[in-house]
Amino acid sequence: MSELTELYQEIILDHNKYPRNYGSLVDFTAKGEGNNPLCGDEVTVYWKLGSGAIEAISFQARGCAISQASASMMTRILKGKSVAEAQELFQLLRRHLTQADGDKEFPEKLGDLAALAGVRKYPARIKCATLAWHALFDKMGGSAQGRELLIRGD
Amino acid sequence: MTTTIDVASIRRDFPILHTRVGGRPLVYLDNAATTQKPVAVLSALEKHYKESNANIHRGVHYLAERATDAYELARKTVAGFLNAARSEEIIFVRGTTEGINLIAQSYGFPFLGEGDEILLTTMEHHANIVPWQLVCERNGAKLRIIPVTDSGELDMEAFTALLSERTKIVSLAHASNALGTVNPVKAMVDKAHACGAIVLLDGAQAVGHFPVDVQDLDCDFYVFSGHKLFSTTGAGVVYGKYDRLQSMPPFQGGGDMINKVTFEKTTYKRPPGRFEAGTPNIGGAVALGAAIEYLGGLDRLALLEYEHDLLQYATGLLSEIEGLKIYGRASEKVSLISFTLEGVHPHDIATVLDADGIAIRAGHHCTQPLHRHYGISATARASFAYYNTREEAEKLTASLKKIKLLFG
Ligand SMILES: Cc1ncc(COP(=O)(O)O)c(C=O)c1O
Repeated sequence: MSELTELYQEIILDHNKYPRNYGSLVDFTAKGEGNNPLCGDEVTVYWKLGSGAIEAISFQARGCAISQASASMMTRILKGKSVAEAQELFQLLRRHLTQADGDKEFPEKLGDLAALAGVRKYPARIKCATLAWHALFDKMGGSAQGRELLIRGD
Repeated sequence: MTTTIDVASIRRDFPILHTRVGGRPLVYLDNAATTQKPVAVLSALEKHYKESNANIHRGVHYLAERATDAYELARKTVAGFLNAARSEEIIFVRGTTEGINLIAQSYGFPFLGEGDEILLTTMEHHANIVPWQLVCERNGAKLRIIPVTDSGELDMEAFTALLSERTKIVSLAHASNALGTVNPVKAMVDKAHACGAIVLLDGAQAVGHFPVDVQDLDCDFYVFSGHKLFSTTGAGVVYGKYDRLQSMPPFQGGGDMINKVTFEKTTYKRPPGRFEAGTPNIGGAVALGAAIEYLGGLDRLALLEYEHDLLQYATGLLSEIEGLKIYGRASEKVSLISFTLEGVHPHDIATVLDADGIAIRAGHHCTQPLHRHYGISATARASFAYYNTREEAEKLTASLKKIKLLFG
């Protein structure tokens, strides 16, 4: 069970069961949709931008525990962040999920997202862990850096 | 119930079934995705490449003749397997998907026009949807969809109501890969013919489970994939009534499908050659012949009875799990069970089962419209073959109960 319990850590199961910031926002300024054609999972992320920062953010999804927990944790960590900070976090997360920094410890900055580390042993599930993030940055990714990230894809 | 098949001995014919996954014996319940291959198939393939490999229909040397004979013998074997009237009615393709595309393009493109209708069902695999959408886009034909009931059977009244003189093709799964439902295809062929429509049956999930007789069914086309019939990937079959095939233009152009090529005009071979451009999967055809021979050595009706018993048993076990919902409760089913488990996404089910050595499929199984119809995005699917056992169904059940606790 060891790899499995590493994948399904308490915190993942908890966010899966009790997703935070779930539902749409009444006054969102934009929303982004993502789906995984492989499995049919769907996510919609809603956010409200004000003076360059994410004032509010929420999501709705039909997906596995990994995608659900990642989306839920994402809304928590990105709330209040500037667009540039948010993009930096996404880049950091991706690097730690994929080959670039795949063997390193998750940095402090990523907070609870460190619970996603177990996904690295399940390459097929990395897409699940980044689905909501892509939904967000696909739409928001106005900056050259953001777009470049998306083009490379996961 | 007593069965006459010796599963332990059959399992010895399939080397991969003895794989261990993280120290546990593999429980392979993903047979609807692809089946495992018996030694008879693997060694036929190896023997072919060791002793008969050459290109076909082109050389006069010893090996070229051996390879051509082996390939054409495989065609005869398939014809016998489906009870086709003649072996020229058998076309080798890559698989079901290519087979349906062949018919959509060589029959749909030339013979369908504005306002003509193609009847499909809600439970179709994407392979039996998208090729027809291409026909519609190009020719202005329309799709009409036969709905399914809550238990996963076709609504036959709706089918009758949808049939009209506009219906040109009825194309449907003989057995559903997502629900397991075996459709009443013979009666449907009769009704379609009475309206002047032709019928294509997608036999991908049928041929591995029960005998099929295309003359008895009287279908116009029948397609299946070798890899779901205990043979290799990359070789499958289109059966077509000869006169129908004779009236159709080629699918792809190239070598081997022509009589004479000039820059002004090219003439094509008669079927089946007309539809087999380029070097085909010769080894795959030979392996498919071997798989059919292998099945022929078993008592297929006993296998079917055994699978039916296993399905009943597994269905009973799974039904006892709280929060587990089975999709597809048709009275006639092949041995697969699609289900959801309350509070646990199918992907997570599959990942946790994998840690116990149990292989199932999670997702939409290339049947998104069907899943949408039931208001879900994914199911977990355990699909059985005659080499699976009651003990494996018990392991699946035990693991599923553990998952409930983990995610509880
Ligand atoms: C009912 C049905 N039709 C078509 C296909 C496509 O078969 P293939 O991928 O071998 O072309 C499948 C396989 O998943 C199937 O189950």
